[in-house]
Amino acid sequence: MQENNGIVIRNLNIYYKNNSKNDFTALHNINLDIPKNQITAIMGPSGSGKTTLLKSLNRLHSINNGVKVNGQVIIDGEDIYHPMHLLPELRRKVGLISQKPIPLPTSIYENVAYGPKIHNRLNRKESDAIVEKTLKKVNLWEEVKERLNQPAADLSVGQQQRLSIARAISINPDILLCDEITSALDPISSEKVEHLLLSLKEEYTIVLVSHMLRQVKRLGDYVIFLYMGKVIEQGNMGELFNSPRNKITQQYIKGVIS
Amino acid sequence: MRYLEEKIVKILMICSILAVLGSLLFILFITISRGWISINENPGIIFTTPGPRYLLGGEGGFFHAIAGSLYMVVPSTIISLILACLIALFLQSEYSSKRISEIIRLFIDILWGTPSIIYGLFVLTILISFHRRGCLLAGIVALIFLELPIITRYVDESISSTPKELKEIAYSMGLTRVEVSKIILKYSSSGIIAGSLIGLGRAFGDAASIIFTTGAASTMPKGLLSSCTALPVVIFQQANSFYPSVRDHAYAAAFILIIIILILSITSRLLQKKFSKYTVGD
Repeated sequence: MQENNGIVIRNLNIYYKNNSKNDFTALHNINLDIPKNQITAIMGPSGSGKTTLLKSLNRLHSINNGVKVNGQVIIDGEDIYHPMHLLPELRRKVGLISQKPIPLPTSIYENVAYGPKIHNRLNRKESDAIVEKTLKKVNLWEEVKERLNQPAADLSVGQQQRLSIARAISINPDILLCDEITSALDPISSEKVEHLLLSLKEEYTIVLVSHMLRQVKRLGDYVIFLYMGKVIEQGNMGELFNSPRNKITQQYIKGVIS
Repeated sequence: MRYLEEKIVKILMICSILAVLGSLLFILFITISRGWISINENPGIIFTTPGPRYLLGGEGGFFHAIAGSLYMVVPSTIISLILACLIALFLQSEYSSKRISEIIRLFIDILWGTPSIIYGLFVLTILISFHRRGCLLAGIVALIFLELPIITRYVDESISSTPKELKEIAYSMGLTRVEVSKIILKYSSSGIIAGSLIGLGRAFGDAASIIFTTGAASTMPKGLLSSCTALPVVIFQQANSFYPSVRDHAYAAAFILIIIILILSITSRLLQKKFSKYTVGD
């Protein structure tokens, strides 16, 4: 795998400061090569460090106190943990879609147009075009085109999640981080979002955290299995599910550990 | 026995509500009816400033106090609101540790509980040390001290109840801290408006913090360093008068104060409604 194409993680350790003397180590010596333009699914039981790993890819945990990181995460040939790396620029390239869809406190239109307007000074015509194109890409345009100026909070939860994806891709990122993005949705909305992710992988490198094995099987091209902050196994989806090499992976897939 | 307990609590709840609502309505009725009678007899008192024999039951009105109240309360609320937003954002940012934030919150709570006359004395001490007399600016400063802890606590609570995902999403869009803060403040606007109104109401009604600091003038405020007065101070002075006609003016001034608070309450409710439609309910 070429270093510049996807995401390269080398010797990454993340610690949370505890009240006790010893820091809690959330991730131990992670080494990964996340492929470009594929869906990489991170699976593992609760507390295994899936979300910590995901948020380490756009340094989102640095908005909280008490997190210590060492190691390298290389995106586009640059170590994102280099002190001179500009965080807003990194996060423009590496977007996040969270578990719970929270629209910005504004209209449907502004939810999509806000990011592009901040990053590139756009006139009304240009932002109209971006809003239409982006909402079409997430299959939401037909449902909302008549009420773009209404509050985004009025949409259903499923529509809000597709709007969240639209908001994330409106600023043209290279990588999309998805943190259990269907867990708050009903089955029909989940299916729509899954189809959407499959259609987006041609344009974006997608890293998905999921605790649902069936979803990982449906969506994942490349799968990472985390257990107690360590990468136990990684590989292509078929390979990892059909012939897991590690005993813990076998137990997790069989449902012995959860 | 359990059902009897439930019934007793229900009766106590209803009695408490009736007692509170009853006293509130009685206060409003007395103030509004007496104030209205006084204004109706002589509407000019709310548009004129006092004449030379005003406190002896003579000519003139208390327009200078209405203007003084507005000149003091509006800037002090705006300044307090800006400072409160900055403090609350700091308390919840990564610049401040949890422990430091808790200590600052404790200080703010102490300031909130401090009687307003203490702020008046404090500002008076500063005025004396600079050999200055009471003025509009000193009144504004005293009211900032009074309003700041109230508005800060409201803004702080309001920001802390925004979903943590909102902050993460905003940062993940490549926004800077200032841009993220704007989004968070917009999300919390409903609570911020409520806090500002409570601060504003306290400032409009407080006499103790400005009684030493503004100079209790009987003329219109002419500038930041000239003396002035406010409605609660005028109510205090007029209510103590020997002359019934002057005492009636106190009710008229109280009536105006209530009308101002009522207008502000309705405006803030409308604004809260306008902003809350953009936030997702739980």
